[in-house]
Amino acid sequence: MSGSEALVLAADIAIGLLIVALLLVVLRLLRGPNLGDRIMALDTLTVLALGLIGAITLRTGLTLYLDIAIAIALVGFLSTVALARYLLVRAGKGESQ
Amino acid sequence: MIGALLQYIAAAFVLVGAVFGLLAAIGIVRLPDLYTRLHAASKAGVVGAGFILLAVALISTDGAVVLRAILGIVFLLLSTPIAAHLLARAAHKAGELPTVTTTIEELDG
Repeated sequence: MSGSEALVLAADIAIGLLIVALLLVVLRLLRGPNLGDRIMALDTLTVLALGLIGAITLRTGLTLYLDIAIAIALVGFLSTVALARYLLVRAGKGESQ
Repeated sequence: MIGALLQYIAAAFVLVGAVFGLLAAIGIVRLPDLYTRLHAASKAGVVGAGFILLAVALISTDGAVVLRAILGIVFLLLSTPIAAHLLARAAHKAGELPTVTTTIEELDG
């Protein structure tokens, strides 16, 4: 097996494994049980999507996808921070009332 | 010759990364409470995505693409621990309890 064939095969297997991983995280997202678990599941979805985009980059050779990966990482980090802030503010309000 | 070797190494890296990503997802489903799940999500998840981006950096011949992949890894390594820490702190403030088998609770003073 040549190097590029091995790479395509490995990328295909990786895409399959990452799809299973994304489905498992979606299971946790649906099951909860609390808001914190759901925020964590959304954060993990973005990280796994980053890996999936990397695997697709390797499979197709289209390196433009890397720009999308970096943008998703940025947006995912900011949204997680915003949602954690929301959780914190909501907890503070619950204590004062 | 070197190119083929790098392709084999990149193939191994992308498989390792995907397995780490799957392990992170299994940890998120199987572990008992939010704090233990955050360990799986933040550590195994970052290693998984980082290995795959490293594989992209290895096989690329274009310097800009290598730079972008490395940038992605560095950004991931910087941002994910901060997000996990903020989330754990917020959940603790919100009264999220650790699982009953947790024996040391240093934040309760």
